[in-house]
Amino acid sequence: MALLEVNNLCISFGGLRAVDDFHMTIEKGQLYGLIGPNGAGKTTVFNLLTGVYAPNEGRIILDGQDITGHKTIEINQDGIARTFQNIRLFSQMPVIDNVKAALENQYSYSLFDSLTHLGKFRQVEKEITERSMDLLKVFDLDRFAETLASNLPYGQQRKLEIARAMATNPKLLLLDEPAAGMNPNETAELMKTIELIRDKFGITILLIEHDMKLVGGICERLTVLNFGRVLCEGPTKEVLSNPEVIKAYLGDE
Amino acid sequence: MSFLTSLVNGLSLGSIYAIIALGYTMVYGIAKMLNFAHGDFIMVGGYIIFTCVSTAGLPPAAGILLAIVLCTLLGIGTEKVAYKPLRHAKSNLAVLITAIGVSYLLENLALLIFGADTKSFTNVVTWPGIALFGGQLRIQGVTIVTILVSLAILIVLQLFINHTKNGQAMLAVAQDQGAATLMGIDVNKTISLTFAIGSGLAAIAGALLCSAYPSLTPYTGAMPGIKAFVAAVLGGIGSIPGAMIGGLVLGIVEILSKTYISSQLSDAIVFGILVVVLLVKPTGLLGKVTQEKV
Ligand SMILES: Nc1ncnc2c1ncn2[C@@H]1O[C@H](COP(=O)(O)OP(=O)(O)OP(=O)(O)O)[C@@H](O)[C@H]1O
Ligand SMILES: [Mg+2]
Repeated sequence: MALLEVNNLCISFGGLRAVDDFHMTIEKGQLYGLIGPNGAGKTTVFNLLTGVYAPNEGRIILDGQDITGHKTIEINQDGIARTFQNIRLFSQMPVIDNVKAALENQYSYSLFDSLTHLGKFRQVEKEITERSMDLLKVFDLDRFAETLASNLPYGQQRKLEIARAMATNPKLLLLDEPAAGMNPNETAELMKTIELIRDKFGITILLIEHDMKLVGGICERLTVLNFGRVLCEGPTKEVLSNPEVIKAYLGDE
Repeated sequence: MSFLTSLVNGLSLGSIYAIIALGYTMVYGIAKMLNFAHGDFIMVGGYIIFTCVSTAGLPPAAGILLAIVLCTLLGIGTEKVAYKPLRHAKSNLAVLITAIGVSYLLENLALLIFGADTKSFTNVVTWPGIALFGGQLRIQGVTIVTILVSLAILIVLQLFINHTKNGQAMLAVAQDQGAATLMGIDVNKTISLTFAIGSGLAAIAGALLCSAYPSLTPYTGAMPGIKAFVAAVLGGIGSIPGAMIGGLVLGIVEILSKTYISSQLSDAIVFGILVVVLLVKPTGLLGKVTQEKV
């Protein structure tokens, strides 16, 4: 059974059909790419998948469960986490607290314990800190743990956003232009990290990216969006050599 | 000695402003709204204690506890009914005007139930206080209790925000509601909790204020509410230590100018200071310069 199955997804803003008859099937453990020219509707698809917008039509099935119309907070519990095209960290909090804030929902202890630092609190707090540090290590961010998130260099902020999303323990991770603003070295490193997330943590990944080196390098399948509609879909190599796709991209430049 | 007396009294009044300002600043920081009805919760708390103690003859502690509980519930209820539906309204003015409406509603309900006459409030602090320097400096019990209570509130609040998951959720929601929801943080619950804390604090402020200045009318909360708002802005709205410092500065300036300059002018001086501080530092004393979002 596919991890994510999307059918006939539509949304209009006023007169504009931003996404029309969108469909997509992602298998468990896949590294899937969503590409297309600027304004094609890619981020809108992410907003539909995460409940930021409710679709006018269509179905979203995650791991066999119909999650169409779920609120954002429910979608997070259903198992989808995401990053944002324009970074949206908790910028005035230290790096580690960004991850902790996303982790804490999975734990419970009484208010009394937390104020008095008694009971389960110490043990839970220790575990949360350890798990946060482990996640930061994956992204080589552990040495910045106490730095204010807004003081991190841009590339590191992107990585912290991924770490924060992973802290919510998702089945499916949505990355919106993770390499935007990164230099080629940082991008190469990011590609390794994304593969690691899939291989080591078993998280299925759907990413939006304009950097064709990254897309061609790590994505197994692609869907191409153009003017809100699926232009084509298939294995990466095939899609990238499809004349229609090349035309859509060149027409855009 | 009279200077020291004024200073202590200013510290005490400032502590009350600080407790009220904490509610203003937290609601502004987390729910992104100015709750202009906040001051009226002081008055509601005052009337609840008055009814319990003077009418029903209950011990003051029971009255205070009931006031805290009822104000907390009223705060949560007001947010749910009046403010939450407007959270995503196109203009922030909608919720601001609603808050002013809630303020009038509470004041007029009090007028309806308790009448316009001034009720004399029984001091909830029975301890007479201390005399220092061979009786030259007398400090009332309520003055000392007020300062200690506000300190305790500040400490507990800081612990709560920095060391509990609800506190961390508040910080996260304060910075980006949308991102917080997508990370599984319950924004509605967090905002409810913020209103609960703010309104509970207002009830405590009501008990202390009415004990120090024992006359209670439906408009008792209005002026302290505005002063506390000024205190929150002075300290840097959204900042908890800022609310504390803003409150203390305001209280001390008010009492000192009443003692040494003129009682009539004291409010003018207080608001004048606000204007000057905001001209020099528009974000307030401890306010952070917010960065432009890219
Ligand atoms: N909330 C909204 N209200 C109105 N129009 C919107 C809204 N969100 C997106 N759109 C429009 O939908 C279209 C698709 O936008 P979207 O952000 O999804 O594109 P994109 O593929 O992510 O582009 P880019 O590569 O530039 O990020 C655009 O024309 C955009 O203006
Ligand atoms: Mg986009």
